[in-house]
Amino acid sequence: MVTTTTPPAPPKKTNRLGLEIAAYKGSRSTLCAGCGHNAISERIIEAFYGLGVEPHRVAKLSGIGCSSKSPAYFLSTAYGFNAVHGRMPSIATGTMLANRTLVAIGVSGDGDTASIGIGQFVHLMRRNLPVIYIIEDNGVYGLTKGQFSATADLGSMLKTGVVNDLPAIDTCALAILLGASYVARSFSGDKRQLLALLEGAIAHRGTAMLDVISPCVTFNDHEGSTKSYSYVKDHDEPLADVSFIPFFQDLTVDYEPGSATEITLHDGSRLLLKKLTSDYDPTKKTEALRVLTEAHDKGEIVTGLFYVDTKSKNFLEELNLVDEPLATLPESRVRPPKQVLDEVMEELR
Amino acid sequence: MATTHVETREAEAPPEPQKVLNDLSIQVATVNGSGSQTANTVLLRAIFQMGIPVSGKNLFPSNIAGLPTWFSIRASKHGYIARRKEIDFLVAMNPESAEEDVRELKPSSAVVYDERLNLKRLRNDCVFYPVPFDQLVAPICPDAKLRKLVRNMIYAGVLAKLLGIEVEEIQKALHKQFRKKAKAAELNWNAVRAGFEFAEKNLPKADRFFLERMDATRGKIIIDGNAAAALGAMFAGVTVVTWYPITPSSTLCETLTEYLKRYRIDPETKKATFAIVQTEDELAAIGMVLGAGWAGARAMTATSGPGLSLMAEFAGLGYYAEVPAVIFDVQRLGPSTGLPTRTAQGDVLSVAYLSHGDTKHPLLFPCSVEECYSMAMEAFDLAEEFQTPIFVLMDLDLGMNNWMAAPFAYPAKPLARGKVLSAEDVERLGLFERYRDVDGDGVGYRTLPGTNHPLAAYFTRGSGHNEKAAYSERPADYVNNMDRLARKFETARHRVPGPVLQEAAKAEVGIIAYGSSHWAVVESLDQLKEEEGLEASYCRVRAFPFNQPVKDFVRRHRRVYVVDQNRDAQLCQLLRLELDADDGKKLRSVRHYDGLPLDARSVTDSIVVQEEEK
Repeated sequence: MVTTTTPPAPPKKTNRLGLEIAAYKGSRSTLCAGCGHNAISERIIEAFYGLGVEPHRVAKLSGIGCSSKSPAYFLSTAYGFNAVHGRMPSIATGTMLANRTLVAIGVSGDGDTASIGIGQFVHLMRRNLPVIYIIEDNGVYGLTKGQFSATADLGSMLKTGVVNDLPAIDTCALAILLGASYVARSFSGDKRQLLALLEGAIAHRGTAMLDVISPCVTFNDHEGSTKSYSYVKDHDEPLADVSFIPFFQDLTVDYEPGSATEITLHDGSRLLLKKLTSDYDPTKKTEALRVLTEAHDKGEIVTGLFYVDTKSKNFLEELNLVDEPLATLPESRVRPPKQVLDEVMEELR
Repeated sequence: MATTHVETREAEAPPEPQKVLNDLSIQVATVNGSGSQTANTVLLRAIFQMGIPVSGKNLFPSNIAGLPTWFSIRASKHGYIARRKEIDFLVAMNPESAEEDVRELKPSSAVVYDERLNLKRLRNDCVFYPVPFDQLVAPICPDAKLRKLVRNMIYAGVLAKLLGIEVEEIQKALHKQFRKKAKAAELNWNAVRAGFEFAEKNLPKADRFFLERMDATRGKIIIDGNAAAALGAMFAGVTVVTWYPITPSSTLCETLTEYLKRYRIDPETKKATFAIVQTEDELAAIGMVLGAGWAGARAMTATSGPGLSLMAEFAGLGYYAEVPAVIFDVQRLGPSTGLPTRTAQGDVLSVAYLSHGDTKHPLLFPCSVEECYSMAMEAFDLAEEFQTPIFVLMDLDLGMNNWMAAPFAYPAKPLARGKVLSAEDVERLGLFERYRDVDGDGVGYRTLPGTNHPLAAYFTRGSGHNEKAAYSERPADYVNNMDRLARKFETARHRVPGPVLQEAAKAEVGIIAYGSSHWAVVESLDQLKEEEGLEASYCRVRAFPFNQPVKDFVRRHRRVYVVDQNRDAQLCQLLRLELDADDGKKLRSVRHYDGLPLDARSVTDSIVVQEEEK
């Protein structure tokens, strides 16, 4: 006798909030197939799902460009604001001033950040606003069909044969100098490292700046480009092996004491940096700048967490704001009573 | 030596001059940075405290120290507080401008001057009062460094004696000015006395002008428009203020900062119920306002012309993505840098349509410090009700000069926060479409980031979108959305403040004005009536889009003069765009754009000339 049994459907995987990963997905990407940006969106989905961040508490912000379209492709049930070119930092700042309980993630590109948006980028880093700032960095303008941006490397060549004759702006070095408190570089194709850095960025409460090399398959993935898949794969030198342990998980990852640095983030999560080089300390600005400068001189792309500072005050703490969102304070707390007006009028008499 | 001058003057003075009581303008000409502002404010306040209606205009250069500056004080028993063109009393302290200032006086004016300038030689039809300022200041102010500042207080004492300003009121005003700085108050008081005593001994009264106590300022306050707007913003419950310094708007946010620090720190937690950010530029200022407005805060910025130009792209985003924002534009003179410390109404057209594509914005035109206060509150309500940027068009004259006013009224209405859905609302409705015109008024419902409901989130964008806020390039979606925005603008037309009308029976002539021009126009209406026998009606426009009563006013009159403080008759042009062609033909323009606050005589003269041409 043959009995056929249908195996019971395996229970759907959920995160600590009981949400499935589907709750963190976005609409279908309209970017080119194989675009590095899509891989970054995937990691963002995994990071927010993995850490169990409530999607309605997330504000997704962007400027203009291919990168800036991507917030539509993750976390559909989060709030999104696709603003104007190069000005995402001010929108992000206003949003967080209005509601400090939100988790802000800004997605920008290299043109949106390092060319038109360099002014707002600089001041955002300087303020150390709690925001995750991702540069999807391909060194090229995609939507206007392949012009160089300010992160294109000196001597890099376009498909059309045009050679870039100006040096690149290193957004990581700039962010460290200016006061960002979590600065990293990764590669869209490095799933494990990018996920760990994103998770660390979500747990951090200051400006977390991630420059993610994200090759443009259409305009900048050819020989002569220094931001192509093959170039980055050949020249990527990870600084450390990054692991992330969320605050709600016991420490089970194996690591050898002495070979790793452990950083406790604001919510109690930990970042483990298993050293590949012997003397790297991500809490020292000078070290970070030395590594970046040396790598640049050697033509290497160093990836990993360059700098982290969990002690300095963020912008909202500096402003001494009340704990509740300013946006929804009741009238009784934002309109002073009549006695105040009477007092002011008396002084003006 | 002073007596020599006095004798000469007496010999040439016209016999038995007619006494002019409580109706004069004083112009003080000093060097910028010499501390004359204190002396001028004290004079203004002392006259105010004597119950005489008074106004002050600071005509200052774009400079920290060294260039000529003028301050004019007008006392008027009739209650006129616009600038007066004619000067009755000149205080000439600045060698650089003195000769030109004296030559421009009309006959029988009086001049108090630093005797070293020897101005007497220039005219024989004015009254001259030389004062040896250096000799008077030395004994009362041993510290040579302070002399430059104290020196100016001497003319306050001289004027007090010559005009009859009560010295007790000067002393009171000094104490108000210096509050806790007793030493400074005493030093300045000694200077006032030195001036007074010198005039008493050496300067016999030879001009026609007198000030005498009356009772027309009881209970009133003195405040500048920027401070008034700041108060309005505080009582509107503003929570996010982002700004970049620019004259003449800076003091709006600076004063607001002072008020908020005083009155909006949570008493229990000692934490702030507001955020103020001085930004890197105006782009960031408006960007933060839009980010905060989107997230539900009452957010504002203040700026002037050049700043608005920088805000243009974001203004279009605010309009199209439908984000509440309040922008105060304290207008100054000119395209480009222009004259940054002089007044104008030059931004009307550019702000009405600020940004590219089909963009238009509601504008409010406060005319007084009371309206700076009340319209600031109104602006925040309108911004949230209509989910769009609202521009409050002030100007330097209104914003930076001191104005007398009735005390402000505490707001009677609760804050109007507009159509915002909570998670419970969304649950009950079972549906949320951000840009759907549910009520037929063009205004959709919005949710705020952080609202905990799976249907509540939406994606705000400046790119084409449909009713559900999804990206769309469909022509029908685009048209549908733009038509709804136009409908929303029409709803706003009925909601924005209507005009203030003052009708003369069967008048053929109407006058339309807005903003700070009001004060010159009310005086001009009297001049037209008294001097020309012309009784005109008056319509003070308070907002754009123009509502029906404005259009009806034009229809009722044969000729309508539109008063603009700009070269291109901007409000007049804006009216023509919205009026029927026949009504548009009735409009004539009165324009003033030299950077000085508008005066009644200029309005009257322009209307008289055009009436003759009919």
